Amino acid sequence: MELFNGGQISLSNIPVLTQQGFRARILDRCHEDARLVNLFGHLGTSGQVRLSAILGLDEEAGLEILSTFISSEAAQYESLTKDLLQAHLFEREIAEQWAIQPLGHPWLKPLRYHCNYRSATDIWKNIANKTIPGEYPFYAVGGEEVHEVGVGPVHAGIIEPGHFRFQCHGEEILHLEIQLGYQHKGIEPLMQGQDLKRSVLLSESIAGDTAIGHSTAFCEVVESLSGCIISPKAQAIRAIALELERLANHIGDLGALGMDAGFLPTSAYFGRMRGDYLNLLLALTGNRFGKGLCRPGGVLFDIDANMAGEFCLKLKKYKEEFQDVSDLLFSRPSVLARFEGVGVITPEDAQKIGLVGLAGRASQLECDVRINYSSGMWQFHHVPISLGATGDVYARALVRRQEILRSLEFLLKVLPSLPAGEIFTPAGPMKPDTLAVSLVEGWRGEIMHVGISDAQGGFARYKIKDPSFHNWFGLAYAMRGQEISDFPLCNKSFNLSYSGHDL
Amino acid sequence: MLKILKTRFKQGCRTILFPKAKAPDLPQRYRGRPIIAGQNGSIDLGKIFFNPDSDIVYSNDYSMATSKREDLVLSQEREMALARALNERMLKIFGRSLKLRQVSAGGCNACELDLNVLNTPVFDLSRFGIQFVASPRHADGIVVTGPVSRNMREALLKTYEAIPEPKLVIALGGCAISGGIFSDSPQASHGLDTIIPVDLFIPGCPPHPLTTLDGLLRLLGRISS
Repeated sequence: MELFNGGQISLSNIPVLTQQGFRARILDRCHEDARLVNLFGHLGTSGQVRLSAILGLDEEAGLEILSTFISSEAAQYESLTKDLLQAHLFEREIAEQWAIQPLGHPWLKPLRYHCNYRSATDIWKNIANKTIPGEYPFYAVGGEEVHEVGVGPVHAGIIEPGHFRFQCHGEEILHLEIQLGYQHKGIEPLMQGQDLKRSVLLSESIAGDTAIGHSTAFCEVVESLSGCIISPKAQAIRAIALELERLANHIGDLGALGMDAGFLPTSAYFGRMRGDYLNLLLALTGNRFGKGLCRPGGVLFDIDANMAGEFCLKLKKYKEEFQDVSDLLFSRPSVLARFEGVGVITPEDAQKIGLVGLAGRASQLECDVRINYSSGMWQFHHVPISLGATGDVYARALVRRQEILRSLEFLLKVLPSLPAGEIFTPAGPMKPDTLAVSLVEGWRGEIMHVGISDAQGGFARYKIKDPSFHNWFGLAYAMRGQEISDFPLCNKSFNLSYSGHDL
Repeated sequence: MLKILKTRFKQGCRTILFPKAKAPDLPQRYRGRPIIAGQNGSIDLGKIFFNPDSDIVYSNDYSMATSKREDLVLSQEREMALARALNERMLKIFGRSLKLRQVSAGGCNACELDLNVLNTPVFDLSRFGIQFVASPRHADGIVVTGPVSRNMREALLKTYEAIPEPKLVIALGGCAISGGIFSDSPQASHGLDTIIPVDLFIPGCPPHPLTTLDGLLRLLGRISS
C-alpha cells in the first residue's frame, strides 16, 4: 500500500501479510530499490502484536507500508537482519519493546534496558534491574596482543553518555561496539494518551539540538490525522527555523572538527558563530533551540517585514564571516591531513547499513527528505543536494560546508518574500484508528514520526525515529582499521544524538 | 600564517563585559523569569517548561538561579531570593578556582549544549577561574543535567562519589531540578535533590547561558543583588 510523506491510512487498510510473505516482501523490495525506513511493533485489537514495516522508495517519493501479526503465544518470527543489515537495530528494539524473538538474529542484545510494553516475560531476564552494559557479551576479538578499551558512559567533555568498547591491536581498532540506552526516558509511551499539549513539548525534548525537526514531525502527524492544512506562511516559518537549526549545528560541528584536528582558531570562531544562529532562533521563538515555535496547526510566532529585513542583514554578514573562517579551515594542510581518508564508508556499505542524512550524502547516497519526499515549503523551493565523494571525515565536513551555504542562500531568498496570511489554523479532532507518517530532514538526517490514533482522540502508539538510530552503526563500522586516536574526530564527523536514539 | 593572523584580526574581541557591565539585552520574545504580579497562587520555576502557550507571563529577566529548592517557588508574598554566595570557608577554597565535572543523566542535549556555550569566546568562562574538567577526581563539583534516567543513576552516583570533599552540586535545567517534562515517566527521577544534596538550582528549558553564568557567579560571590 502506497503512502506519501504527511499521508495517513486507516489501520484496516494496511495490508496484512503472513509472516513469510512479510519477510519475503521486505527482502525483495530492499534488495531492489527500496530502503527500510521503519520497522516497529504496536498492539493489535485482539492483544497480539502487529509488526509494521515502512519501506522508502526514494526515487518515487513513495512509502510502502505492510504489516504482519505475531501471536502472543509463539512470540517469534524469522529475523530479517541476517539477510538485511538495515533491520539490525529495529529488530533489537522490537525484541525489547514487545518481547518478541527474532529467530536467528546475529547479535540479539537489549537496546535501552527496559521492561517490555505488553507485560509479557522479557526476553532477557531482569533486564530492568541490571546496570548497563549489564551481563551481556560484547563482540570480542581473541589473541595475545589484542586488548580491549572501554570508554564511558561518562565521557571527558560536556556530552551525553554512552559506552564504547574498542577491540584493538596496538593502535589499530579491529572492532568497535557501541552500547547506548543511558539516556532512556521512555518518551514513546509518554507520547501516548490524550494530552497533545504535553506531547508537543515532549517532541521538543526528543533531541534538544533538533527541537525544530522533531516538533515539526510531530505537528505534521497530528495535522495529517486531523485534516488540518496549515497556511503557507506557517510552512515558511517552520522551514526557516529548520534551516536555522541546521546552520547552528553544522557550524558548531565544523568548529568541533577543527578542535579535534588540533586547529583551535576556527573552533573558537565557529563556536561563537553557532551562537549567532541560536540567537536568531531566540529572537524568533524566545528560545535558543526553537522550543515553543511549532504547534499542531502552525506556528506560534510570526516574522514581520521588520524582522525579516533584520534577519537578512545579519545573515549576509554571517555568510561573509562563515566563508572567511571556513576558507581558513579547509585550506590548512595540517587539518586536511587529519580529515582525509579517515573513517571511510564506501557507498555500497553506506547503502547496506542504511545511512541517512549528511553521513549518507557524504558517502554518495542521494538521500535528502527535502528533495526525495518534499512537503510543505520544500515543494516550492528546491534546495540542491549536497553530496560528498569520499565517505570520510573530509566528506562529512565538506557536505556540512555546502549545506551551510545552501541553507543561507535559501534563507536569503525566502525571508524577503514571505507569504502573507495567518500563522495558525486550529487543528480539529484526530481521525480514529488511523496511522499517519511524517518525514523531516533534520540537520542529522531523516526524522520519521509515526502516530496511530485511538478512538478517544489521542495516540494508541507513537513511534519516533531519529536519524541517529540508523547512523550509530555507521560510526562503529567506520572505525574499523582506524587508529584509536582517530575516534574523537570520527565521532564528531557523525555527531549523533544519544537522546534521540535512547528516547 | 598570515591568513590565520588576518582572520584573527578580523574576528576581534567578542567577550561580553558582564558582570562588570550590564549583559547584552535579550530579545523581546525571550521567556525569562515569570511575572508573578496578577497571577493566582505560586509558580515553581523548577517545574514549568517556559513554553509560550501557558498562562504564565514571562519577563526578560534571565536571573533565576537559587540556592534552595523552595526559593524557586515564586508567589505574591515573597520576593525572589536569588542564589547566595557560598560561606567564607568554601569561598576561600573555590572562589578563585572552581573545576567542574558535567554529567548528562538523561538530558536531551539542549542544557548540555548551552552549558558548552559558556566556553566560547563570548562568555569565556575560564576568565572567572571556572573550568570543566575530564575527571571527577580533578573536580570540585558536578553539574547535572537531565531527569536522572534510571540507566544513568549509578554512573551519576559513582561520579559524585569520586569527587573529593568538599564538593558542590549544581542542578541545571528543569529536568534535573524536578524531572521536568519527563517527571511522569517511570524511567525518570523527581529531582536531583532527592538523590544528592544540591547547592545551586538553575531553572530553564534549557537555561540561557546568561542564567547559568549569573548563577555560578552569584554562588562564588562575584555578583550580589
